[in-house]
Amino acid sequence: MDWTIWLEWVIKGLVLCLVLLVGFAYLTWYERRALARIQVRVGPNRAGYQGLLQPIADAVKLIFKEELTPSRVYKVAFLLAPVLTVVPSLVLAAVIPLGTSFNLFGRTITLYVANLNVGVLYLTSIASIAVYGIVLAGWSSNNKYAMLGGVRATAQMISYELSLGLCFATAVVMGNSMNLNEIVNAQSAVLFNLNLDFIKIPVSSWNFLIQPVGALVFLIVTLAEVNRAPFDMPEAEQELTAGYHSEYSGMKFALFFMAEYQKMIVISMIAATLFFGGYLQPFSAALPNAAPWLGWLSYLTVQKTPLLGPVYLLLKVIVLLFGMIWIRATWPRIRYDRLMSFGWKILLPLSFAVAFITATGILLAQEFENQLYLYSIPVLSIISALVAVVFIYRDLRRKSHGRI
Amino acid sequence: MGVFEPVIELGRGLAETLRSFLFEPTVTIQYPEEKREVRPRYRGRHILHRYEDGLEKCIGCSLCAAACPSDAIFVEASENTDEKRFSPGQRYASTYEINMMRCIYCGFCEDACPTEAITLGDNYELAYTDRRDAIYPKEKLLEPAPSADMSSPRKVEPGVFTRSVPEMKNPKDW
Repeated sequence: MDWTIWLEWVIKGLVLCLVLLVGFAYLTWYERRALARIQVRVGPNRAGYQGLLQPIADAVKLIFKEELTPSRVYKVAFLLAPVLTVVPSLVLAAVIPLGTSFNLFGRTITLYVANLNVGVLYLTSIASIAVYGIVLAGWSSNNKYAMLGGVRATAQMISYELSLGLCFATAVVMGNSMNLNEIVNAQSAVLFNLNLDFIKIPVSSWNFLIQPVGALVFLIVTLAEVNRAPFDMPEAEQELTAGYHSEYSGMKFALFFMAEYQKMIVISMIAATLFFGGYLQPFSAALPNAAPWLGWLSYLTVQKTPLLGPVYLLLKVIVLLFGMIWIRATWPRIRYDRLMSFGWKILLPLSFAVAFITATGILLAQEFENQLYLYSIPVLSIISALVAVVFIYRDLRRKSHGRI
Repeated sequence: MGVFEPVIELGRGLAETLRSFLFEPTVTIQYPEEKREVRPRYRGRHILHRYEDGLEKCIGCSLCAAACPSDAIFVEASENTDEKRFSPGQRYASTYEINMMRCIYCGFCEDACPTEAITLGDNYELAYTDRRDAIYPKEKLLEPAPSADMSSPRKVEPGVFTRSVPEMKNPKDW
């Protein structure tokens, strides 16, 4: 094996880690600014231009903060927990394709760290490891609030992971592969042509167009997975004094914070990869050929300019992250019993239905070699989503009438 | 459409926050650069006033110190002479200190003052880095003299400034 391969891997891994660390820092800035703007405030705008140096100031503050370890904690687990939480959120990003490949010094450099043929399985398994960190943090803190937070986090993550896995399965079925690169590639095919009177716009078969409900369920479930509002019960400040990380301070707390925000980024990347075309450009690669005056668009495709892949992925991630922030600014925290019943009684059946409908539709389309069967997928899944909405309504009504 | 009401309400919430994100101007005042006017009856840092002729209004009577509920004011009086006159009448405050760490800005000193010498102004920027700076001496509290020859102490005609409390009408605030 060539030493340059090792060099390439090390550099790519390092760059990915650094990107995630910087991304975490700037996500806090982004969230604070967007949240402030929603609340008709300005947010941090003092350190540097528009407050862009604020994350650095925060980092310096956190590094120099006193780090307390309470005397009655179980030290090994207490020290291990932040590490166990951060590392999965970092290594999770390794299989996500950031682009195709480009040539540098006569070598083809691929824009992903690892090209696993079981990438989706890797994602689900690594994402589940993070819950160990949280439950260990809650348990080893020797604090009832932290314990409750840890217990809640475990129960919530286990409940919502089922739906998450089914959404992964849906994307796997649609991409006909567990390899994330191939899932993205499958989404570059033209799904249908939008016929306007002067132009035919080819539309890429991004998975959320075929399976809108699957994408929606995925986005909801990821909110629960990363403990974001309205599913932030494990770290509810008002009732649990910040939950599992109550006893942590200084850099250890920063690690939990980092893990949470990196998971937000990574899970947005996964959502973009599985349902929103990953690193692909927002228009179909066939669009520049549709009309002569659109020819310049071909320079914006990832096929022509591979370095644009990460940029497109970043833009999608920014939009998805804004969705998370927007939801945090809007919806109140959901009650814990409702969180559980929403997860088990509504989201899980819905995602079962979504996975089943997708698989059946694709199977029918393959068996009868008729692409029209694909259209049954969005129609049927939207119908099942409406049924789920009816069940949400019944659930709420039953609770408000005091019956169980 | 009662069945879809929960979902519609969620969407309305999102629309509301998006509207404020996109269209609503921020209400923040960028403090050190732009400052908001204080209210007319705001009670900020104390000011020791002068008469229009430049003499100090404070006659060192210590009524403010007596009225002060937190014992923040310390006054020491000395005798005026016509050679070195600080204020009308017999006495003036040779030491006047307010401990801003004790002061609660209640305004009782204002009420107690027989000559309206001390009032609570509109300055609220009282930050300091040394605890000793919290004690404001007379030089910091006294408002500047209208001109150099009208400052205190100064030499005056004998027999002019005999009355320490000027004749005042009842206040007509209303």
